[in-house]
Amino acid sequence: MNPFIVSPSPHIRSERTTRSIMLDVIIALCPAWLASVIIFGWRALLVSAVCILSCVLFEYFCRLLMKREQTIGDLSAVVTGLLLALNLPVTIPLWVAMFGSFIAIAVAKQLFGGIGQNFANPAITARVVLLAAFGGYMTNFTAPFDYAGADAVSAATPLALLASDGELPSLLQMFLGVKAGSMGEVSALALLIGGVYLVARRVIKPITPLVFVGTVFLLCGITGGQPLYQILSGGLLLGAIFMATDYATTPSTNWGKVIFGLGAGLLTFLIRTYGNYPEGVSFAILLMNILTPQIDKLTTRKPLGGKKVEKHA
Amino acid sequence: MLKLNGLRLLHYKNSQNAATVDMPVPKIVRIPMAQHMVAPCAPVVKPGDEVLAGQLIGDSEQAFSVPVHSSVSGKVKAVEEAVGPAGGLVRRVVIETDAEQRWIEGRPRTVTSQRELVEAAREAGLAGLGGAGFPTHIKLNYKDVDRVDALVINAAECEPYITSDYREMMENPDGILRGIQTVMRCLDIPRAFIGVEDNKPEAIALLNQKAAGTNIRVEPLKSIYPQGAEKVIIYNTTGRIVEEGEIPADKGVLVLNVTTVANLDRFLQTGLPLTHKRVTVDGSLVKKPMNIRAPIGTMISDLLAFAGVETDGVRKALMGGPMMGTALDTLETPLIKNNNAILVLGEEEARPPRTTACIRCGRCIDVCPMNLRPADLERAYDLRDTERLAALKVNLCINCGSCTYVCPAKRNLAQKHQLAKGLLKRK
Repeated sequence: MNPFIVSPSPHIRSERTTRSIMLDVIIALCPAWLASVIIFGWRALLVSAVCILSCVLFEYFCRLLMKREQTIGDLSAVVTGLLLALNLPVTIPLWVAMFGSFIAIAVAKQLFGGIGQNFANPAITARVVLLAAFGGYMTNFTAPFDYAGADAVSAATPLALLASDGELPSLLQMFLGVKAGSMGEVSALALLIGGVYLVARRVIKPITPLVFVGTVFLLCGITGGQPLYQILSGGLLLGAIFMATDYATTPSTNWGKVIFGLGAGLLTFLIRTYGNYPEGVSFAILLMNILTPQIDKLTTRKPLGGKKVEKHA
Repeated sequence: MLKLNGLRLLHYKNSQNAATVDMPVPKIVRIPMAQHMVAPCAPVVKPGDEVLAGQLIGDSEQAFSVPVHSSVSGKVKAVEEAVGPAGGLVRRVVIETDAEQRWIEGRPRTVTSQRELVEAAREAGLAGLGGAGFPTHIKLNYKDVDRVDALVINAAECEPYITSDYREMMENPDGILRGIQTVMRCLDIPRAFIGVEDNKPEAIALLNQKAAGTNIRVEPLKSIYPQGAEKVIIYNTTGRIVEEGEIPADKGVLVLNVTTVANLDRFLQTGLPLTHKRVTVDGSLVKKPMNIRAPIGTMISDLLAFAGVETDGVRKALMGGPMMGTALDTLETPLIKNNNAILVLGEEEARPPRTTACIRCGRCIDVCPMNLRPADLERAYDLRDTERLAALKVNLCINCGSCTYVCPAKRNLAQKHQLAKGLLKRK
């Protein structure tokens, strides 16, 4: 018997695995998760537990049903569940959260072939579907520190207040997250900590978030809005840092990321300013997800010393 | 200026301060007739013949071939056929060594023209010693001698572990510079660059000191893999991009490995062809990393025994570096000219990782020095889409392995590219 392993080069591999990347994303989401529990109470923990558990279970059963290799070990379903939870108001009925998890995992992800194959971000898709189907539940926001959970008195988000000229929280409150909104989107501080962690761990490049947020800021500034309030409001930071940087559904080239950020920023601004919805981040990201293959094609670098690529059908 | 992509690797240059140790002549050597690219040689000796060290034992009429010389004195025992590390059948001349190690009479020579230089390189038995094994005389014999105006000496040694080129620079700087000057004189090349990765500051300082006042510039290069890839080092020393289908001479550049040029000089000084090679012996199972100069044809098992390496736990043995080296199926394989390292790895490093689905993270795109899209190439190969493979320029892949290295899903991207090249060729 020959004891040697013969395999093609290279014979060394980096430490990075899909699971370690997903674990880093989970770690990066922890500050926002923690903030959601502090601001909205224990029900935040319950909602996220339900989302994570249902996402993992849906993934498990989808793979089982499709007779494919089991992939719950890569932790991507946990990331999707957590992200979805952070995109929901704390008052959301649990069965709606479960339905969202089904949309995210079964429809947006597994029907397209699982991790890496989906063209639209699962959590965003679920959020948009829930928003369209359960508009009332999805916009039933409570005031911060009102720990009554599902029975809490509803409150308006800063974006709704901006649209109706209501009284806004202070910028510091906005930054820390003392405001109404979805569970994970309120604390800019917590989201930024997560973003810095992801960049430091080289899980994401800062290009898309910077261009995305920068575009919204500039457009609001130019049109005489309140740019600081705009970038601290709604799901912008959550979306820009954690969803517009999703690998499978956003461009892989650096210039592609710039275009994606610009497009998402522009769409967010347009929806927020002129659209029927006070918030437009999810729609913007979803629309840009659809354009991603085209953006990638447009921004492909020329191979080094490559002669002109001949057109093919 | 364009910055080429690359990869930061751990260097593992454990053997860099291990001065070269000469290995005594083993009892038996098996010298392969193919130690270079393209056409193998035919033996010119038969069993029973007495041979001297340095004597010609294999040659070929074909242009793309490099003669083979005996590394020992002794008696030819057999001419055998065996499976080489690349997979094909290779003829080997088996020589039983005597204890005397008698040498042929070397005749030092001076060369002044391209023709003489080309002849000398062939007689010296030189093939690209960086690992590729391209016949050196072919490379030197480019048409229209005036078009090349820059000589690039590849001393990047960007593979982890390997320090054999580094030892050449530290131990034989005068020979290297003399060799470079000879090539420049014969080919009328006005300037030369020695590209060295900046993880070898002592070699850079030493060569700088020796090269003072000449047209030879030592170019410290960032220690980013694959700095020593031909197109990469040409770009990073001269700023020229060798395009698809071109050879470096088309852009006025000639690239030679530092040990190749040193051995060219050795031949001119002594008249003795390439018979011995310095190899780095290292790897997780090696307690004392070494640089050993051994006769070509020495069995790897004998070499490791000399280095005092316990081979029981070996699960993977490599000829060359961990990024581009060849995995051996047995230690009963002879050392050849273009070997620069023998690495032995234990269970933990040898076990291939489990491959999972591509998550389109784009890391492979970020590291590809040729600006290719490795994951897209893999997908195109899996679909046998030759049109797309050609459009994505799979033939520009240099098989450096960077994409496979970074892939978090542990996909064998570089391997797929090699298979894709074969698919395109067959089509």
